[in-house]
Amino acid sequence: MLRSGFLFRGSSYGRGKIKVRGFDWKVIQNNLPFLLQGLLTTFQLAAIAIGGGLLLGTVLAVARLSSRRFIYAAVTLLIHLLRSLPLILVIFWFYFFMPILIGRPLNDFLSASIAFIIFEAAHFAEIIRAGIQSISKGQMLASLSTGLSYPQSMLYVVIPQALRNMIPSLLTQSVVIFQDTSLAFVIGVKEFLRSANIVDAREVRSLELYSFVGIVYFIFCFSMSRITKRWEKKKRSKV
Amino acid sequence: MIDGILTTIKLGILCWSFALFIGVIIGTLRYSPWKLARFFAAGYTEFFRNIPLLVQLFFWYFAAPSVLPERMVKLIYHDTLNVEFWVVVIGLSIYTSSRVAEQIRAGIGSISREQFDAALSTGLTPLQMYRFVIVPLSIRIMMPPLTTEFLTTFKNTSLAMTVGVLETTFMSQQIEAYTFHGLEATTGASLVYITITMIIMLIMTNVEKRLSVPGFIIRQR
Repeated sequence: MLRSGFLFRGSSYGRGKIKVRGFDWKVIQNNLPFLLQGLLTTFQLAAIAIGGGLLLGTVLAVARLSSRRFIYAAVTLLIHLLRSLPLILVIFWFYFFMPILIGRPLNDFLSASIAFIIFEAAHFAEIIRAGIQSISKGQMLASLSTGLSYPQSMLYVVIPQALRNMIPSLLTQSVVIFQDTSLAFVIGVKEFLRSANIVDAREVRSLELYSFVGIVYFIFCFSMSRITKRWEKKKRSKV
Repeated sequence: MIDGILTTIKLGILCWSFALFIGVIIGTLRYSPWKLARFFAAGYTEFFRNIPLLVQLFFWYFAAPSVLPERMVKLIYHDTLNVEFWVVVIGLSIYTSSRVAEQIRAGIGSISREQFDAALSTGLTPLQMYRFVIVPLSIRIMMPPLTTEFLTTFKNTSLAMTVGVLETTFMSQQIEAYTFHGLEATTGASLVYITITMIIMLIMTNVEKRLSVPGFIIRQR
C-alpha cells in the first residue's frame, strides 16, 4: 500500500548532490516499452471509466428524473455526495471497502475501475439529466401515446436524441476522465504516470520522464478538445 | 487530523486567490488587441488545462529543480520550510488559473458587443473599460461556474498528498497506516470534504445573491 510522499521523495532534489544536467532522451527510448505498457493501462482504465460511467450514469440520470419520490431522493443524494468528494478519496474508499464487502483483497486495477465507474457515473448523470431535460416534453408524450411504455419511450425516443445534444459535454468530460486516470497512481495501479515514476526511481531522470508524460497527455487531451470544439461548431452551423 | 483540515483549507484558499488573480489576467488577455498576447494566453490555457494536475505537481516537485537556475533551487527547494506545501501552491495555482482563465474568457464572451462600444465611446481607455465595465459585469455572470471551480480546487488539494503535504487525505491514510482502519479514516476524510463543500456552497449562494445586478440578463451575442 501507499505510504505517500516519503516513498517517492527519493527522486531528484533529495539527492541534490548528484545532480545531472541537460536533457537525455535516451532514458525514454530505453524504457519506451515499459512506459507504453503504462499508457495502455491508462487507456484501458479510461475506456472502462467512460463506458461504465456512461451506462451507469444514464441509469442514474433516468432515476433522478423518476417520479417516485424515494428513488429520486436516494439517487440525488448519492450523486451530490459523490460530486462533492475528491476522486482520490473515492478511489481510496473503494480500495478499503471492496475487501470488506467481498471478503478478500481485490486487485488494484479492478478496484480503481469500480471507483472510476461509480465516480464518473455521478458526473455523467448530471450531464445526461440536463440533456434529457433539454428534449421537449412533447416527444415523451408523443411516444407514450403511440403505445410505447415509459422505459421504451425513454430508451428509444428520448435518450437517443438527448445523447446527440450532449456529445460535446460528454467528450469534454471524457477528456477530464482521461486526465483523472492518473489518480489511479495512488493505489499502485501501474498506469502511465506510475510507470514513469518507477522508471524515475531507477534512473533518476525526473525532468525527461515527467516532461514526456506531460507532453503525451497534452497531445491526447489537446487533440480531443479540438475535435470537441469542431463538433460543436459543426452542430451550431447546422442549427 | 485537525492540522490536516487546516492545511486543506489554507491550501485551497491560497491557491484559489493566486489562481483567480492569474486567471483573470490571462482570461482578459484572450481579448486583447495584440495578437502576441492573445496567442500567449491561449497557449497558456490550453497547455496547463490539458495536462493532468498530478503530472504537473510531479513536474514541479521532481523535475523542476533540475531545470531552474542553481540559486533559485537553493532558495526554493532547500531553504524554504515545507517545500511540498509551496510546490503544491504553485502547481495547483497554475493549473486552476488556466481553468479560471477559460471561464473568464467565456464570461467576457457572453457580454454583448455594445457594452464594449458604449464603454469606449464614453471616453474610457481600454484598460479602464475592462476595469470598470467589463470585469465587474462578467464577474457576475461567471459567479456560478467560478464557484464550481472553487469547489474543484478544494477537491484538488487532496492531490497534495502525493508529494507529501500533510493535508486531510494524507492524514486519513496515515491513520490507516497506524491503525488499519482504512475505511473509517477515509470515510472521516470524506465527511470533512463534504462539510467544506457545503459551507462554501452556502457562502457562495449568498454572495451571488448579493452581487447580482437587478434586471441584468445575460444577452446572447
